[in-house]
Amino acid sequence: MTVTVDPVPAALLAPAPGERADFLLELRSEEIPARMQDKAREELAHRFRHEMAKAGMPQSDGIDTYATPRRLVLIARGLPGATPAVAEEVKGPKASAPPQALEGFLRKTGLTREQLVERNGVLFAVTEKPGRATADVLAEAIPTVIRAFPWPKSMRWGEASISTEAPRWVRPLHGIVALLGEEVVPIEVAGIASGATTLGHRFHHPGPITIGSAADYVEKLHACDVIVDQDQRRRLIRDGAAALATEAGLELIADEGLVAENAGLTEWPVPLLGRFDAAFLAVPPEVIQLTARVNQKYFVCRDASGALANAFICTANIVAPDSGARIVQGNAKVLAARLADARFFYEQDLKVPLADQAGKLDRIVFHEKLGTVADKVDRVARLARRLVEQGIVTSADPDQAERAARLAKADLVTGMVGEFPELQGLMGGYYAAAQGEDPAVAEAIRDHYKPVGQGDDVPTAPATVAVSLADKLDSIAQFFAVDLKPSGSKDPFALRRSALGVIALVLDNGLRFPLASAMTREVLDFFADRLKVQQREAGVRHDLIDAVFALGGEDDLVRLLARVHALQAFVGTEDGANLLAGYKRAANILKKEGYVPSDVPAQAGTTDRLPDEAALHAALDAAEPRARAAVAAEDFEGAMAALASLRAPIDAFFNTVTVNDPDPAKRESRLALLARVRAAVHAVADFSRIEG
Amino acid sequence: MILALHDYWSARGCVILQPYDMEMGAGTFHPATTLRALGPDPWNAAFVQPCRRPTDGRYGENPNRLGHYYQYQVILKPSPPDLQDLYLGSLSAIGVDTALHDIRFVEDDWESPTLGAWGLGWEVWCDGMEVTQFTYFQQMGGYDCKPVAGELTYGLERLAMYIQDVDNVYDLAFNDAGVSYGDVFLENERQMSRWNFEVADTDALFDLFRKAAAECENCLDARLPIPAYEQAIKASHVFNTLQARGVISVAERQAYIGRVRDLAKGACGAWMEKNADAWQARFPGWTA
Repeated sequence: MTVTVDPVPAALLAPAPGERADFLLELRSEEIPARMQDKAREELAHRFRHEMAKAGMPQSDGIDTYATPRRLVLIARGLPGATPAVAEEVKGPKASAPPQALEGFLRKTGLTREQLVERNGVLFAVTEKPGRATADVLAEAIPTVIRAFPWPKSMRWGEASISTEAPRWVRPLHGIVALLGEEVVPIEVAGIASGATTLGHRFHHPGPITIGSAADYVEKLHACDVIVDQDQRRRLIRDGAAALATEAGLELIADEGLVAENAGLTEWPVPLLGRFDAAFLAVPPEVIQLTARVNQKYFVCRDASGALANAFICTANIVAPDSGARIVQGNAKVLAARLADARFFYEQDLKVPLADQAGKLDRIVFHEKLGTVADKVDRVARLARRLVEQGIVTSADPDQAERAARLAKADLVTGMVGEFPELQGLMGGYYAAAQGEDPAVAEAIRDHYKPVGQGDDVPTAPATVAVSLADKLDSIAQFFAVDLKPSGSKDPFALRRSALGVIALVLDNGLRFPLASAMTREVLDFFADRLKVQQREAGVRHDLIDAVFALGGEDDLVRLLARVHALQAFVGTEDGANLLAGYKRAANILKKEGYVPSDVPAQAGTTDRLPDEAALHAALDAAEPRARAAVAAEDFEGAMAALASLRAPIDAFFNTVTVNDPDPAKRESRLALLARVRAAVHAVADFSRIEG
Repeated sequence: MILALHDYWSARGCVILQPYDMEMGAGTFHPATTLRALGPDPWNAAFVQPCRRPTDGRYGENPNRLGHYYQYQVILKPSPPDLQDLYLGSLSAIGVDTALHDIRFVEDDWESPTLGAWGLGWEVWCDGMEVTQFTYFQQMGGYDCKPVAGELTYGLERLAMYIQDVDNVYDLAFNDAGVSYGDVFLENERQMSRWNFEVADTDALFDLFRKAAAECENCLDARLPIPAYEQAIKASHVFNTLQARGVISVAERQAYIGRVRDLAKGACGAWMEKNADAWQARFPGWTA
């Protein structure tokens, strides 16, 4: 017997519109890390929806979520008073079944014969499951949502934590407001009973506030100096900071990450502008910006000339009676200390020649299987020189490329990069320039990590290209050689990014570089995959890349892509599409016949040829050398045009000539002709890899 | 300030302890924190602990960074529900006006690789300056904290700079008779920075590390967790000094940290073992 559950049409059982109510949930805790708040809102909405769906609750009119440092909030609008009733239908015996079967079914369902419904000669028991009050559904669902909430890291606290089974939350949970309409939904989780009371701003309004319903929640908290809506806090910070900068005759350096982070740290954000000693501007601007942003979460500004200004903007969480004068003063003091520290590192680092620093790289393990950073530097330096000497990277000075490569990693042992690893490369560039290295060398040191990810600038300065390319090729080859390859979502050494970097460097600079000469088949396949990923963004079809790769021997990325581009243009034309169809037909016949070219081609006399057969031979005689010559000259449009000339003769051939002629010599000759078509097409690309 | 904190926390049930007489990198290493964070017994304590961080030395030239400084440490087990309010009360007790200064709880998950310990909490900012580390211990020495202890670590110099409104730690007034922090400690910082970064005999330090590790094992064999833990603290400090001398490579570094962690875990394990029966007697159902 099968059980089916048919919901009774909602319209029949839904409560009158007047019975709909909004549900408010506020989970108040100690400060939630800023970076987790957005995701937590998403999860809360998602899990709430899931629980409601599970309980058969019709969709609400909408769900809003909010997060502040101290609260995670959900408002579901327009929940009905109860879930709709559902009719449950259980299939029983046939109406014609023997009485024992009927009796058994009646006993099981507790119904009488008269209550059963007959349909198509089969009896059904229909029972009606009444709806449940929404408050009950919520009282059950919310604890489930809380207990299973997927915080990136959660903790136990207080007396209950004597057991590891204690409730967990991102930080200690202190209050639950759960109101359906104006009624409290009774919930108890982690020893906390729900109610209608919450707290206002930690310092401005620490006392309890009673919430009436979802309708007055945001407003009541606002009156107690809590801006619940994160987007509103972000706006206040973004606009406030920009206005302060403008007032000071400066321009804010926009930073949405900082806006969001500060909004996640405040319930009542108040941007404040302060100044630091202009003498610190001797330190590279990137260092100042990073110090201010990473360590202190401050914005920085540009002056009218576009240079970094000696101003910062911090975001306080209170309105102080002195208009924040002391807060600014305090923050300025902290920033000064941070900048003093940065300047200390900078000045110390400047005193040590980069070549001396590079000498310390033999103390840093690059990877336990791959030796020290010094070993890597040596490999990269030799490769960079070779790339230049072999003319792969043109118009670079081999000595400069090697010099830059030898110094490129030296900043890893400087104090500044020790403090701010993200400044690697950049600091080396500054130190090299200050220590009198050639500008091309300094630039190569600075930019040799580039491009980092899609959209990053791709170096074009020859020495930089040589070092960057050598560094990435070395990493890929070395890690593959010791079998530390990316797999699935794991790519701990960012080799995919390195491969994309190599591809971008080669393509953007038009480097003629036979990849196969530098790498194993496995690495080459890895590059092919990366190339497809990279080209997908540019709208290039991956099957066309396969079609060219499948020929083998094509490992020059520039040429390969030129060929793929021409091919993509060609298969987009009517000639191309038809040629592809003709090719596939020919290839299928050859496959089906298991055609193996014989050593001595069967020469059915040329005079026996049908007109369209002879025409195809002639077309091939003309097109083959043209296509081959065009490919050799890297004129791929020309090669495609040569193939296009085959389209009409192939179509005509298939229209009028039967391959499977009873005369075996004719049949053999025609199969050989189709093999010739296939071979001619393969001179340009392996069309069998093309989809469609 | 220290007296005000002593008064405040002693009125809230803390035993007031004295600094531990060994070199350590943080108040958390004090056995009153590390060992006492384990087990079900309630434990509330407050104390000052001098800390030595050789790599943070700046030859007395940085207004904010010191190789030797003082922490005020509070540990409350189990963590009370109003710990944040208690903490803010202590700030008021030492003269920080929270209407005038911007106090913030900024995410900072604490982890001590050498103690095999971690917890969640914040660094507390006062006008952008980190003045306190606030942590709910979740694990210590590789063992779950059952129950969780709340730990507050105040940076005393930073708070004093705040309250006295000075920009440079060496300008802090040490008393009302004109003695400054610099008068007391500047020369110490200069000489210790030189020793830590340039002079310390690294062979002797490596030897010391090995001896402390061996002695820790010896104590563990004798089932003496407290002396074993002391040797772990010693090894940890020697390791820090070797780091400052720049003679430990990145690869070796992990190995040394692992070694110290094993010692600390061993001591914590021995402590758990020694107390387990008594704890279970007092808290039926409690297990490690």
